[in-house]
Amino acid sequence: MASKISEFTKGIIKENPTYVQVLGMCPTLATTTSAKNGFGMGLAATAVLVMSNIVISAIRKTVPEKIRIPIFITVIATFVTIVDLVMHAFTYDLWKTLGLFIPLIVVNCIIMGRAEAYASKHAVVDSLLDGLGMGVGFTLSLTLLGSIRELLGNGTIFDIKVWGKAFNMFVMILPPGAYLTLGLLAALFAAISINRQEKAKKIAQSQQSQQTQQVQQTQQRVGEAK
Amino acid sequence: MKLFLILLSAMLVNNYVFVRFLGICPFLGVSKKTSTAIGMGLAVIFVLVVSSAISWGLDLLLIKLQLEFLRTIVFILVIATFVQFVEAFLKKNNPTLYEALGIYLPLITTNCIILGIAIVNSLSKYTFFEAIFNALGAGLGFLLALVIFSGIRERLELYDVPRPFLNLPISMITASLLSLAFMGFQGMIK
Repeated sequence: MASKISEFTKGIIKENPTYVQVLGMCPTLATTTSAKNGFGMGLAATAVLVMSNIVISAIRKTVPEKIRIPIFITVIATFVTIVDLVMHAFTYDLWKTLGLFIPLIVVNCIIMGRAEAYASKHAVVDSLLDGLGMGVGFTLSLTLLGSIRELLGNGTIFDIKVWGKAFNMFVMILPPGAYLTLGLLAALFAAISINRQEKAKKIAQSQQSQQTQQVQQTQQRVGEAK
Repeated sequence: MKLFLILLSAMLVNNYVFVRFLGICPFLGVSKKTSTAIGMGLAVIFVLVVSSAISWGLDLLLIKLQLEFLRTIVFILVIATFVQFVEAFLKKNNPTLYEALGIYLPLITTNCIILGIAIVNSLSKYTFFEAIFNALGAGLGFLLALVIFSGIRERLELYDVPRPFLNLPISMITASLLSLAFMGFQGMIK
């Protein structure tokens, strides 16, 4: 059971597709003009990811090794078309804002990457959890990025007023803001992980020095006893 | 004149890398050295122009058969097949060029700029020549972005960047400044 949970949670922080694996940058940068758009894009990609992971994992034994990539692409493209049509029917405004980037989910490296690296080698349930975890991780990073950009550029988060027009930098909603926010966030996460590594190193070092001290002490005692 | 405007618009004003965010993965991945950046840019231009010509014809067929909803599937398969074909052809007939482009060719399949342009051409209902010029402009813009960016990154290697900013973050911030510069072209073409 624990391993099943870790299949799901690894995509959220430890192997986060955006900040750790740096995959799927195009939709990450293009659709995060607001928290809502980022969230919608994340959900669309998650839906495709989960469904394609299930199907690819189910057919993994019948697919010939040499033509697996075109087959995977066809499966993914089918689900993208389904999501595209569903969004057109039920969430027309979101469909219109995301526009070009819904069909482009096909070439999102996260989906192809998970199909190739995970779903083609693991059982259906594991692949489902893996897809779900990666999707949630992707959605969270997109929502975070979208929220920051919307807050700084428009003074709102999810269309809820925070400080309104009192302090807004419109550039954050424009393309340069996307690169800047992602760059600073990635630096922040890198700083946190460097900090952690150094702390772990220090603890390891102090433990080691304690151990060597103990060894020396015992050696001394042994020498005295002799 | 209209063709020229489309070319200029795709290349500078609406630069697909800095303004429309297409093709970011190879843009970040293969921009460490100027020489590889040029190779990648040229490969993209070639594939882009030919694949948008093919997909333009296919789009016409799909509209005639009223199967527009199959656009995504058809386009991606055509692009993937075409890239494979080019790879096999180059391997056989021009091994030097194949060695130079070798690694980048399979990568192009998952480059969203190729599929993106095919879909943009179809959505904006461009004529054949408009579609070709749009693809050419997008490819040239991609090459331009890649060459400028790789030049800056080669310089960055020599500087003392703070540790958390190494690799991705500093590239992102550089790209942000470049994108700001490209925004200067806005308003040049309505």
